[in-house]
Amino acid sequence: MNAVLSRRGLMALGGGLVVGFALRAEEPARPGSLKETPSLDAWIRVAPDGRVTVFTGKVELGQGIKTALLQVAAEQLDVPVAQIDLVTADTMRTPNEGFTAGSHSMQDSGTAIMNATAQVRGLLVAAAAAEFGVAVETLTTADSTVRAADGRSVGYGTLAAKLNLHVDAEPASTLKDPATYRLMGTPMPRVDIPAKLTGGPAYVQDMRLPGMLHARAIRQPSVGAKLLDFDAGPIEAMPGVVKVVREGSYLAVVAGKEWQAIKAMRALEAAAKWEETASLPDQATVLDLLRGLPARDIPVLTWKGEAGAPVKRLKARYTRPYMMHGAIGPSCAVAQLADGTMTVWTHTQGVYPLRSALAGLLRLPVEQVHCIHVEGSGCYGHNAADDVAGDAVLIARAVPGRPVRVQWMREQEHTNEPYGAAMIAEVEGAVDAAGNIVDWDYGVWSNTHNRRPYVGGLMLQNAALPEPLPVPPPAPIPMPEGGGERNSNPIYAFPNAKVVSHFIPEMPVRVSALRSLGAYLNVFAIESFMDELAEGAGADPVEFRLRHLKDERAKAVVSLAAEKFGWVAGKRGEGRGFAFARYKNLGAYCAIALALRVEHETGHIRLGRVVAAVDSGQVVNPDGIRNQIEGAIVQAASWTLYETVRFDRKRVLSRDWSGYPILRFAAAPESIAVHIVPRPGQPFLGTGEAGQGPMAAAIANAVRDAAGVRLRDVPLSAPKVKAAIGV
Amino acid sequence: MIRLTVNGQQHEVDAEPDTPLLYVLRDDLGLNGAKFGCGLGQCGSCTVIVDGQPVLSCLMPVSVLSGRQVRTIEGLGGNAVQHAFAEEQAAQCGYCIAGMVMRATALLEQNPHPSEHDIREHLSLNLCRCGTHMRILAAVRRAAGQGGKS
Repeated sequence: MNAVLSRRGLMALGGGLVVGFALRAEEPARPGSLKETPSLDAWIRVAPDGRVTVFTGKVELGQGIKTALLQVAAEQLDVPVAQIDLVTADTMRTPNEGFTAGSHSMQDSGTAIMNATAQVRGLLVAAAAAEFGVAVETLTTADSTVRAADGRSVGYGTLAAKLNLHVDAEPASTLKDPATYRLMGTPMPRVDIPAKLTGGPAYVQDMRLPGMLHARAIRQPSVGAKLLDFDAGPIEAMPGVVKVVREGSYLAVVAGKEWQAIKAMRALEAAAKWEETASLPDQATVLDLLRGLPARDIPVLTWKGEAGAPVKRLKARYTRPYMMHGAIGPSCAVAQLADGTMTVWTHTQGVYPLRSALAGLLRLPVEQVHCIHVEGSGCYGHNAADDVAGDAVLIARAVPGRPVRVQWMREQEHTNEPYGAAMIAEVEGAVDAAGNIVDWDYGVWSNTHNRRPYVGGLMLQNAALPEPLPVPPPAPIPMPEGGGERNSNPIYAFPNAKVVSHFIPEMPVRVSALRSLGAYLNVFAIESFMDELAEGAGADPVEFRLRHLKDERAKAVVSLAAEKFGWVAGKRGEGRGFAFARYKNLGAYCAIALALRVEHETGHIRLGRVVAAVDSGQVVNPDGIRNQIEGAIVQAASWTLYETVRFDRKRVLSRDWSGYPILRFAAAPESIAVHIVPRPGQPFLGTGEAGQGPMAAAIANAVRDAAGVRLRDVPLSAPKVKAAIGV
Repeated sequence: MIRLTVNGQQHEVDAEPDTPLLYVLRDDLGLNGAKFGCGLGQCGSCTVIVDGQPVLSCLMPVSVLSGRQVRTIEGLGGNAVQHAFAEEQAAQCGYCIAGMVMRATALLEQNPHPSEHDIREHLSLNLCRCGTHMRILAAVRRAAGQGGKS
């Protein structure tokens, strides 16, 4: 018996609530998502005219996954990219690949499609060999055609018409020799960009179905607020208003035109009276509160070995506040109840889990809910994309037959999205006389990092409805991926180390997945502390890292970033910072070197040159990798320099971009250069979340170098920097 | 009925006078480019050009636009800024991009040779959350004939 830890089981059930062990007798493991969806025709179909359709359960989030998957399929099949239609997540058409999250899309779907398309190409070639009566080895493929040495040729469409692709993929595939790749590893312009540059319909926000109505929800002003009786009559009489929807404390309005819906929503907000309670914690002391809450201690690792005598011991605590996803486009969904089926167009990251959650909310069987992914504004994790779909279905149910488009307002998005969790890391370490780390003791305290809905109880609307569904308890995500403990396991080779994750079930503030989860704080802490220990040992930060690394790919990335930056060992005081991590210690390697200035008068940090090196395994679209790492660098700079969700005891106070400032152009780095380490033939490692942690630590390390102060509490805001410098 | 000129075409729309231009563009005229981002004039994703000036369409009531020329990304016809954004692959999710293109177009029409400082200051009203800033800056430099990546 083979015990296969099914990631699908984990993901579909909310990351760790239930660990799905799929026990399969003597069944060999197939690569990527072929494990869960083995049939070739679930991934690829070839029409008689030769046109190819490729199916993926992953979704485009602006990370360029559609383009990369097309490159993979076209490469392995020998079909022009223009001949391929790619269908992304749809509960009636595509494989269930759980969530598009955790930098897993290339590893899961990219690997599945690479192997499925390679196997289909093999079947096509075998069919042609039989038809021509020649050996497979004598045939070549190009442009959707199989050619024989004698000049005969046959198109894929003709061959496919006689082939049965409704067969399970083999565990092993004959992939092309990476040295012959023409598309994989070569930059390709993103297929989704032209519409975005010309005003083409590109987002769920741009959908206009015949007869479509516009709706807005009126959110509870604070958690648990109870809607008291009020007269909605005057609002129902407003121009264009079709209906005011009220169920318990759930309130929404639907109108003919969008502006009419917004005006009616504002009128309802003014008219509605709420009973509120002070349910939020005191912001000033929330980290101490979290640190003191009951926690479940989860051992991450214990290493024991022989080591030199410690001569210097350091101890530090690193923290981050609640942070926001802050999509530029407030979340949106369109829903329509017709012929007993609720169809939902949504920018969720997981159409299948959302289908279950919406079915729960509506008390419908899942078969009667159909979720279709349509792109939205970037989400960066579990933002309001799922919850707005909850609004759309509740409102669409009240106006059967009519499609309903709902978009959240800016203040609704800011105050109701689930935030990235506030966290605390405490670390103690020691170096010996030779400057080697001989002891490492690390603890991290965090809430869950995954409250993505897979049952109705996890939808925002649930608590407002008259008969709320049960809410599953929060659960940790087990290592090796981890939630709060993600990347708490150091990549460095220490003789003695202990890492413990303190999982806090009670959530004073609603939280869920924000890009990179716990890795952001853990890498910030580990990489800041590595610099602190290097300083204690009198070592250069880059050399100090290299001396503690055993992984050759890690060393290569560190060395490349240092070389391209022009890092000079021992040169200090010029505002230079360095940091490195391998995401989850399973994914992409990323090292960042940067320069910055600290304005002593104001405490402002001015970012200069940023140089990154990345190893994402086999490269598919190098420009896509660069774009993702650049994005991680700028987004993490914004998190690290500016961001904190503010609240009083009742309400969230960060209601818009003035109450939650993020990085603007004037503060962007002077330049960013991303250097890729090519790894032909190696597994895909993903890219989207590799840079955030290293960027945070590189900033803090450079601030120490520039201004002589060590800041351990994110954000490194100007007032904090100024206070630390003491000017 | 409200009359307005969008991308050179005259339209009569049946909208309440206080309706912000954004909703008339999107809902009455079926144009996708201008996006709802904040409704507060803080993010720039709704930026269009009115009489040569970049304007936040989420704040401007349609009733004040009579006799004025409104331009949206749909009416640019593949200008140098759009080409430069494509060349630099200057988008991730892209929700902010139409607003960026419109603001950059307005800048280059008024100031064909902007300095790096000019570009950054001019674009600073527009927010991007994916962190595509360096590519957007490179695209505007490229459109200004200053080459792309520095």
